[in-house]
Amino acid sequence: MAETIPATGEAEAVRAVPRRRFLADALRLGAGAFVILSGLAEGEEPGEPYDWEAHRWAYLIDTEKCIGCGSCVRACKAENDVPDGFFRTWVERYVASAEASHVDSPNGGLEGFPPLRVDFAPTKSFFVPKMCNHCKETPCVQVCPVGASYRTRDGVVLVDGKRCIGCGYCVQACPYGSRFLSPATHTAEKCTWCYHRITKGLRPACVEVCPTGTRRFGDMRREDDPVRIAIERGRVAVLQPHLLTEPHCYYLGLDKEVR
Amino acid sequence: MPEITGYAFPNDVHVHWSLMIVMYPYITGFVAGSFIVTSLHALFGKREFAPVARLALATSFCFLAVATFPLTLHLGHPERGWYVLVTPHFSSAMAGFGLLYGFYLLVLSLEVWFVHRREIVEIARASHGPKRALYTALALGSLDTSPEALEVDARAVRILAAIGLPAACMLHGYVGFIFGAIKANPWWSTPLMPIIFLLSAAVSGIALLLVLYLATCRLGRRPIVRETVEAMARWLWFFLIVTVTLELLEIVVLAYEKSDAWQIISPLLTTRLEFSFISMQMIVGSLVPFILLAVVVTMDRYLHERVRNTLSAVAALLLLVQVFSMRWNVVIGGQLLSKSLRGLRSGYEPQFLGREGILVAALLFALPFALLWVFYRVLPEPAAERPAEPDAPAAKSRPAA
Repeated sequence: MAETIPATGEAEAVRAVPRRRFLADALRLGAGAFVILSGLAEGEEPGEPYDWEAHRWAYLIDTEKCIGCGSCVRACKAENDVPDGFFRTWVERYVASAEASHVDSPNGGLEGFPPLRVDFAPTKSFFVPKMCNHCKETPCVQVCPVGASYRTRDGVVLVDGKRCIGCGYCVQACPYGSRFLSPATHTAEKCTWCYHRITKGLRPACVEVCPTGTRRFGDMRREDDPVRIAIERGRVAVLQPHLLTEPHCYYLGLDKEVR
Repeated sequence: MPEITGYAFPNDVHVHWSLMIVMYPYITGFVAGSFIVTSLHALFGKREFAPVARLALATSFCFLAVATFPLTLHLGHPERGWYVLVTPHFSSAMAGFGLLYGFYLLVLSLEVWFVHRREIVEIARASHGPKRALYTALALGSLDTSPEALEVDARAVRILAAIGLPAACMLHGYVGFIFGAIKANPWWSTPLMPIIFLLSAAVSGIALLLVLYLATCRLGRRPIVRETVEAMARWLWFFLIVTVTLELLEIVVLAYEKSDAWQIISPLLTTRLEFSFISMQMIVGSLVPFILLAVVVTMDRYLHERVRNTLSAVAALLLLVQVFSMRWNVVIGGQLLSKSLRGLRSGYEPQFLGREGILVAALLFALPFALLWVFYRVLPEPAAERPAEPDAPAAKSRPAA
């Protein structure tokens, strides 16, 4: 035992500095890890590459909830640097009665909606957010002469700005008016469901800022996904279903006035 | 910013396909229409077309030479235009352009060469120095003008004409298909579209050749062959009747069906396109020439030659306006209505200067005529083929139509 006393004392003397250093290092490491992990998605492991086979994205819009605040349009513009006068998403206002209807979307709803007077007695009014429907049988991808427009395996319709020749055929072919030729890039542009965000586990900017839960984004490959459940079990509609474009943007509470 | 009546989707207020996309089908229409005239002579035995057969071939060739220009000028990235040729995405109608254009260019170039080979060789033999070298090069070393060799040329021309006619029809029918197969746009989406484009191409081709024939005869102080003018007027009248019938049928069907699209197409035609459709395409461009040509066709024996030629020329010029209006009303008209089917934007006015402006469009239209002039400097019409002799071409057969 006598031999061990000096040894213990020595050990304590040696350990005293590493403990402090350990705590300091642990704090630094913890803070760093917090910073890194805070940017990661649910279910995504750090450093794990995005697997587009593992997702099938879908979008659900509950028109009963939209208040026409225009936050989504502003968020989209800021996130994607959308040129003035062009829209990747917009909000429409419907004011209708059994006999008449009025539809508008002043500047796409970017600044919200000013008060409105109509020359009939309206019996209902509501807002409808619009955007690219990310169709499965999409006419825009079909008509692109160089394959610059394409559909990813996780169900998102995108444009390769480096291949696009700017012919505008896709703009003409989209029945929803979702595409435009950008005056800045001279190529076709459109909603990407914020592909740069969703592949990092984030939600599209418009969904992120929607204050009422009108806009929801989900994964049809995840069994417990609430959006998937709502689409699979609820009664949902799509825009212009007679064109058979198979949109992956679904609507709740869609009115007959909406095209 | 354009004014909007009703509600248009916010991205639907821009006219992305502008004047150049109006010029493109107008120019390819002359390519196909002129070739149809060549074929009437070369394949269908219409000998009264002999005086314009070579002119028609040359016209088709010169217009084909500039057909890609309006497309390239229109692209947002012209420097990437060649992607369509090297990496076509075949589910797109537009991707077929390279194949159709390339194939027709090949057939037409070969036909032009076979038709003119004899003169090329004769000029090469009769000249010296660089001129001789140029024409020997143009003859591609094939300097044989024996009767057997000329018979081979004639046979090749017949075969190429037989291939060229469907190729020309495909090239222009394809342009109509580009519009007709867009289900998002009710003003474009009809299977009639390629047929209307093709028939109006025949109208524009014959009309242009009639004007060119009368003008070149007058400028060259050559006699105008009565049967040729008669035959062209008759065929022009026929194609005009069929084209306008189909153009009207398309609209009547929409109106009679009371389709949802009619709610927006009706105000489109009566407000935004009132001038270009009702006034220009239908009245000035169709009704007036219909009456003028009816006079030429049905009362020909009572007409003085000068009256017949003048009536035919005026009708042909008006038909050139009609076909341009038709292209305008399809291309621009289709973009004035929103796909919301609830709104129309104000009329489109092209800029004067600029890449897609009126000046460039006018130059584009003039360029084929300049090329035609060069063409005739290089390959002049042989004296034997000139319709100087009164008994020369027609007279023997009258068109069946």
